[in-house]
Amino acid sequence: MVPVLGRALILLTLFLATAGAMVGFAAGARRTAAGFAWTRRFAYAFAAAMVLTNALMVYALLARDFSVAYVAQVGSHAVPNWVAVVSLWSSLEGSILFWGLVLGLYIAAATWTTRDAPGDQMSYAAAVWLATGACFAFLLAGPAQPFGTMDPPPLDGPGPNPLLQNHLLMIAHPPFLYLGFVGMTIPFGLASAALLTGRLGHDFVRPLRTWLMVPWTFLTVAIVLGGWWAYEVLGWGGYWAWDPVENASFLPWLTATAAVHSGVLMERKGTLKGWTVTLIQATFLLTILGTFMTRSGVFNSVHSFTQSAIGPALLGFLGLGLVWSVTLLALRIDRLSSPVAVGVARSREGLFLVNNLLFVLFTFTVLIGTVFPLIVEATQNVQMSVGRPYFDRMAVPIGVTLLLLLGIGPALPWGRASAADMKRALLPPLGATALAGALGYALGVRNGWTLVTIAFGGYALHVTLHQLWLPAARRMSAGFGEAFAELARLRRRTAAYVVHLGAIVVIVSIAVSSTEGESVEAQLVPGETTTVGAYTLTFQSAEEIEQPHRISVVAHVAVTKDGRDLGLIKPRMNHYRSQRQPIGTPAVRTQAFEDLYLSVMNIDAANQRLGLLAIVKPMVGWIWIGTGIMALGGLLVLWPARRVVPPLATPVVTEGA
Amino acid sequence: MSEPTSDARNTPPVAHRKKAFVFASLGAAAIAVAVLAAGGIGENLVYYWGPSEVHAAGDQAVGATIRLGGMVAADSVQYLGTSALEFDVIDGEQIVHVKATGVPPQMFREGIGVVVEGTMTAAGYFEGNRLMVSHDNEYRTPEYGESVDMKERMKTTKGLADDTGR
Repeated sequence: MVPVLGRALILLTLFLATAGAMVGFAAGARRTAAGFAWTRRFAYAFAAAMVLTNALMVYALLARDFSVAYVAQVGSHAVPNWVAVVSLWSSLEGSILFWGLVLGLYIAAATWTTRDAPGDQMSYAAAVWLATGACFAFLLAGPAQPFGTMDPPPLDGPGPNPLLQNHLLMIAHPPFLYLGFVGMTIPFGLASAALLTGRLGHDFVRPLRTWLMVPWTFLTVAIVLGGWWAYEVLGWGGYWAWDPVENASFLPWLTATAAVHSGVLMERKGTLKGWTVTLIQATFLLTILGTFMTRSGVFNSVHSFTQSAIGPALLGFLGLGLVWSVTLLALRIDRLSSPVAVGVARSREGLFLVNNLLFVLFTFTVLIGTVFPLIVEATQNVQMSVGRPYFDRMAVPIGVTLLLLLGIGPALPWGRASAADMKRALLPPLGATALAGALGYALGVRNGWTLVTIAFGGYALHVTLHQLWLPAARRMSAGFGEAFAELARLRRRTAAYVVHLGAIVVIVSIAVSSTEGESVEAQLVPGETTTVGAYTLTFQSAEEIEQPHRISVVAHVAVTKDGRDLGLIKPRMNHYRSQRQPIGTPAVRTQAFEDLYLSVMNIDAANQRLGLLAIVKPMVGWIWIGTGIMALGGLLVLWPARRVVPPLATPVVTEGA
Repeated sequence: MSEPTSDARNTPPVAHRKKAFVFASLGAAAIAVAVLAAGGIGENLVYYWGPSEVHAAGDQAVGATIRLGGMVAADSVQYLGTSALEFDVIDGEQIVHVKATGVPPQMFREGIGVVVEGTMTAAGYFEGNRLMVSHDNEYRTPEYGESVDMKERMKTTKGLADDTGR
């Protein structure tokens, strides 16, 4: 019953998306009011159908209805209900279904907010969104059908991948990632609509920037959540390995970040329209490429990706999107030229350009490093990967230069700056630079790149705080409330600097945590001790704990630091009943400036043996905090403006970004 | 890169279009070449080899970063002190002797599929600095004696809970 209903609902979404896209394109071309209205109706209907389809799957998962193929694949009586719900995105078919839900919600929200936009533009945009929806509904209807029938239904299923059950972060990571990935469809549709109508004026720029910031914020959080999860669960002590799956999420983030910045120039100066649109198209295409890379199994073997039909289908979408993007650009290239030249080097504009080129260079670096092994395997049948040193060698200088720009850029005035202006703007933060560098050295940092990063971080911090404070300081004489009101009025500007503040914290923390600290590995019996940094670790015992869905073997490790007793830390190894492979769960003792990370390599409760990996890593916690600050900035951008004065009279202030 | 110059509006759109595309593609190609050169991609490749391929590579294997995949040979594991061990990796045809530092992962035992990251030494043994038990996409390890495609397994070791490397 449920499988049949599910398949019918998926066909309904496919119909609504396809018909809606056709109506949307026709309405955009013919400009009929009825057409516009029908496009909107189809958009809302598609969203509603996707919500229903997902609700049905959640119902089936909760009811443990094993006649549904997907439930038989990931469901289990042994798992608690919350695990059953998150199983929705634990495997391929369900995650594509969930993708459809996110897309539906995005389409509904974007259709609602653009309801007052010119009808043809809105219809074209909705048509592109729905066409994307049709692609994914097609996947659901065919190669990734989640509502297949199991006859006879099994009595119980294996439950979802234990990695998903093992940590709360893994429940949060995929939804954020989808909200980031799928959301890039919205700016892509808006950009396509602007190109189709040929109107790339102010009424196109503003919603585009807003709808770029929404998925950008989610994607930023998602990438860091993924790293955090790897750190808390995988047990090797790191959060980033330049793995293809990680790179897949990082690539669109890079181009989206570039677009967020070039969008500032587009809105303020009317320049870089073609460039920004290209970046937005590239971002969308990279999300599809990322989905292909992570979902088709291409990285297991180039030759195996055709085993599931989803790989070729996604590759087809990618090709379609590429042709569509390039064709649109080519059609409108005459309107994309800038009314004014951008090339003023000694100005904020000039640095925006350098920033954009660096982000694009970064994208190329990661893309080449990720795709290179695929090309070699396809052409020469040699299997390999590109090692970390390649990525680090490129990413470190680019990242450090971006941090420098993050300091210098906002300090510089718009337009051509005189030598005196430059001095006044750029010299004062040098004090903070020297201070930060000296502080880093005093605390024991000897790595050259890390010291430079800390010093540049000091510069950028000074500039950012100054810029944040500046408008408030001007109103300070009128009282604290007035000063705060001014910051709120300059909401987008304030938000941009809050994001920058978070970015500085993240970049410096990454530099410090990846170059400082120490680690030790030891095989221990009860009573034996090992030391790492200032910590002394004593293995006391291994204890077995039975739970309904797993057995945990917990190591009791007594920790002292400089003779001070810090109590017991309990890393563990979880054996899930449905899986043969045990999963270690490290114990992380996070403090303001240092993490103590204990990970069980092997443990034996019967013989009381423990193989322990112990790591001391500074500043890791600040990566998560910095990301929180960035997300807060992203939210501030999106917070609806309080309309004190009629909107038309409000000057649009979009300094920085 | 693809940003047209301001005087371009006076030229006919088609010629202009062509020019922009030529510039864009040349720029993209230039960046790609520059990245390849600057990053030294050729020096930083990690090869996925089994014992037979390591032997076939001869001197090429010495110093190269290799992910050696295969089965741990029966009766070959020796523990040396608290955090070092030696064992043989086999693929049915050839044997590579591995000396690894670090604590082995939970599932490590004789007869299991492993992936060791490291390099071949001139002395003829493989120096491993990262020891992983191989698994498939569902994070399952193979049963004893179960035949597996080690090449595919080697690529999926990332994400292993019991992976001892950094």
